[in-house]
Amino acid sequence: MGTAMMENIRDIVAQYGGVSIDVASLDEAADLYAAGMTSFASVNLMLGLEEAFSIEFPDVMLTRKTFGSLAAIAEAVAKLSGKTA
Amino acid sequence: MRNQPSFLQTLFDQGYLIPSGVPGLFGRGEAYEAIISAFDGLISRVVKGDGAEKISFPPGMSRVQLEKSGYLKSFPQLAGSVHSFCGTDHDHSELLRELDQGGDWTRGLACTEVALTPATCYPVYPIMAARGPLPSGGRVFDLQSYCFRHEPSEDPARMQMFRIREFVRAGTQKEVLDFRTAWLQRGRDLITSIGLPLDIDLANDPFFGRGGRLMRAGQREKELKFELLVHIANPAGPTAIMSFNYHQAYFGETWGIRRDDGEVAETACTGFGMDRVALALLRHHGLDLAAWPEPVRKTLGL
Repeated sequence: MGTAMMENIRDIVAQYGGVSIDVASLDEAADLYAAGMTSFASVNLMLGLEEAFSIEFPDVMLTRKTFGSLAAIAEAVAKLSGKTA
Repeated sequence: MRNQPSFLQTLFDQGYLIPSGVPGLFGRGEAYEAIISAFDGLISRVVKGDGAEKISFPPGMSRVQLEKSGYLKSFPQLAGSVHSFCGTDHDHSELLRELDQGGDWTRGLACTEVALTPATCYPVYPIMAARGPLPSGGRVFDLQSYCFRHEPSEDPARMQMFRIREFVRAGTQKEVLDFRTAWLQRGRDLITSIGLPLDIDLANDPFFGRGGRLMRAGQREKELKFELLVHIANPAGPTAIMSFNYHQAYFGETWGIRRDDGEVAETACTGFGMDRVALALLRHHGLDLAAWPEPVRKTLGL
């Protein structure tokens, strides 16, 4: 996993995700919804990721699963930005 | 071949609805109101014994409460707020000059404390919270109001101002989910008893924008909303005449509604689109009430 991208994603999740635990040390596979992220927060997270990485999530990727964990987000961002996660 | 008049035009021609010139904003004739009253009475007979507290709300609610409810995060495109003239004599003559010249006289208006009620249950959550912790076993409310949603349409079943009768349950997760499960069966039985062919399906609210797509997907994945659907006048598919909604702890957390054990309360609601039920009855049983099937007339007490 590209460290720089993951660190960037951790920052964005910490800013928008509304999770109640420390994102910096969060396991990449941990369920962000279980960590306290609401549906409204996931929308803000989506918009924050789009701005930070200059990407646009297509409709088919606008599901809970896409934003469900740091690893899932990294995979989606990598796919959309054409970079290796 | 001449075009058949639309269902809406037929309703106008027979005086069930009276046009205002604005799509989705209608006067109601006496026979139409008689159907609404009859169905309202049927609901009241079904829920007798539920111990629900009955409250009627006006079509306007506290704007501050609407803001706090989060409605504008989800449905800004449907919301309505009330604006009034609050100016001086000078401002008044400006307003009249704009009006006279066909300009935008509303620019000088100021937002009031009133917003239009978008769904009948919104005003009840702050009322619950203000009363302190729920009693053991929670609470159930029986609410009604006119509602406003800005979605002008030629479909008579998509009105801008319409009535909802809604039941709201607050309590533990089990209490509110049991309530919703019971209403899914009750709704099916009730609508079947008035001779309407129906489907019940998983649904989502019309959350705004691309973020809304994510909200819609989440609502479906978590099975938070079901609708009871009947064909009315939309060629694209059936129309929801009832909905069954599980809010989890959203309103409990937003308003600070507590249970008797101090935990945040969960809520669920089920609503009848009263105007849609009336339209569905007219669509399926015809515009001559005297010719409706005898069992339906009997059930409704018409």
